[in-house]
Amino acid sequence: MTDVPFGAHSRRKSKYSPREPASGGARTSAMIASLDAEGRETVTAPFGTALCDLAARRDDIVGLSADLSKYTDMHVFAARYPDRFYQMGMAEQVMLSAAAGLAREGFTPFATTYAVFASRRAYDFIAMAIAEENLPVKICCALPGLTTGYGPSHQATEDIAIFRGLPGLTIVDPCDAVETAQATQAIADHPGPVYMRLLRGKVPDVLGRYGYEFRLGRAQVIRDGADVLFVSSGFMTMRVLDAAERLAADGVDCAVLHVPTIKPLDVATIRAEAAKSGRLVVVAENHTVIGGLGEAVAADLMRAGIHVPFRQIGLPDEFLDAGALPTLHHQYGLSVEAVTAAVKSWL
Amino acid sequence: MADRTGSNVSLAQRARAIRRHALRMAQVQGQGYIGQALGIADVLAVTHFHAMRYRPGEPEWEGRDRFYLSIGHYAIALYAAMIEAGILPESEIATYGMDDSRLPMSGMASYTPGMEITGGSLGQGLGIAVGAALGLKRKGNPAFVYNLLSDGELGEGSTWEAVMSAVQWQLDNLIAVVDFNNQQADGPTRDALARTPEAAKWQAFGWYAQEVDGNDMAALVAAFDAARTHPAPQPRVIVCNTKMCKGVPFLEAREITHFVRVEPEEWQRALAVLDEEAGQ
Repeated sequence: MTDVPFGAHSRRKSKYSPREPASGGARTSAMIASLDAEGRETVTAPFGTALCDLAARRDDIVGLSADLSKYTDMHVFAARYPDRFYQMGMAEQVMLSAAAGLAREGFTPFATTYAVFASRRAYDFIAMAIAEENLPVKICCALPGLTTGYGPSHQATEDIAIFRGLPGLTIVDPCDAVETAQATQAIADHPGPVYMRLLRGKVPDVLGRYGYEFRLGRAQVIRDGADVLFVSSGFMTMRVLDAAERLAADGVDCAVLHVPTIKPLDVATIRAEAAKSGRLVVVAENHTVIGGLGEAVAADLMRAGIHVPFRQIGLPDEFLDAGALPTLHHQYGLSVEAVTAAVKSWL
Repeated sequence: MADRTGSNVSLAQRARAIRRHALRMAQVQGQGYIGQALGIADVLAVTHFHAMRYRPGEPEWEGRDRFYLSIGHYAIALYAAMIEAGILPESEIATYGMDDSRLPMSGMASYTPGMEITGGSLGQGLGIAVGAALGLKRKGNPAFVYNLLSDGELGEGSTWEAVMSAVQWQLDNLIAVVDFNNQQADGPTRDALARTPEAAKWQAFGWYAQEVDGNDMAALVAAFDAARTHPAPQPRVIVCNTKMCKGVPFLEAREITHFVRVEPEEWQRALAVLDEEAGQ
């Protein structure tokens, strides 16, 4: 694994070449993979639990889902507050339009589906019914980036690229269970529309031990280091934290700047960290290298006149393979091993 | 036929005034969706001077019936109705479509008092109306949500998601009004995606459906009354068959298109036709 993400990935094999079961090949993780195979403490359904806590304090909180409550952890809220939950059926466009209507009447709707369906199918509804009117609809979507082995129909590899161009939409990509819970509260308090990427099911608990607390719109240094500055969002922050440990053993001192709010971007903190001399800046994200955090950071640093060695870790500009999630993460450069190897190759 | 606000101005007079305001706005720009505005004027006379509850000076009054205009290009018609209703000042007619106007050519919520939603991306209004109707029920607010949508808009699949959703939630506080003028951007709606009868489709989905001549005031009043008082827990739709350019015979006779061409001198002539009719 070298030169992530460009170049190293083979295109898909011909579907006409027969296959044998690979020895030691991982089982497919199918659609609803969790990131729980990380050997860490996990928390179950942090989003659904946090939403219930929120709803206990605020009567304006309502939930909606487009036939995916079980797979977005919305079912926890639906079970606790059945009269405040709207099952909208397999109809993302009316779910998001109706969320806009509920918001117009003073409610704070949390609408859930998969990230592919919100971003690809319902984009115009989010743009015009919600964002253009600055309505406080919170669009919380499971299976962001590469978090399912189910193939391109369910892999939202370009959701952030789609949404970043939408004025007024806040974009949040939490790393772990605690941050997901904290962000759920924070986005409810935010007066405008929000798109939040959800990790669901058993979600690792990582950032607590760093004394980290989510603040909407803020990037925060989780670990300092002299040689490499990782700038990361979502679960890639846990990957780069692990990679930083491995690199430290090899004498490479890595800092980690966690950027859970992709938009608006905390450019002040990013610029200040990037401007500290002598570090390779490596942006790591669970998203295509096109139009996500990496390009957002690169463009801002260019605009600010901060010229530093810069690399991207992210998904290639391809429709990705189906398979088991750990296999795919390694194949596409998101595993700890792949991140570690890539950084070494760049030093 | 006097309106329910107790005024002795008849609904026919209101409709004529709405047509007049719309023509004057179109005259400002030398263009506009005047065919649609003239066609829907009778419907808007009934919504704004018979069916709906609202306070002209308080467009965000919580007790108001909500009027959601999906079809942003019909803004000229709704502005005309809102001017006639006293929600907007008549003096702003001269600003229609101008820089810094509160009356942009496509209706947007953030620009205009009384404009509830941003229309223009067709297929969204009914879904938003579903959410608002759900919200009103949650609040125990007895107001209705009206959504004016066009026949062409029924081609959008999202409209039918909303049609099903409204039935699922038994939204008896939702009244959809379809302007069926059989004219969309590229030609007749019946030649595009509307081969089968409209009201029957809505009825099959579970709506209380009525189909009326949308330029027949008495029929419209009866249909809106029935829509508001229908006892069953189901959403209501009124399919209004309207005639583009209605009320100005020389334009009615013109080959009708989605965007009716009017020559500069014809605006005054059209206004004169209305004034003449009013004087009779």
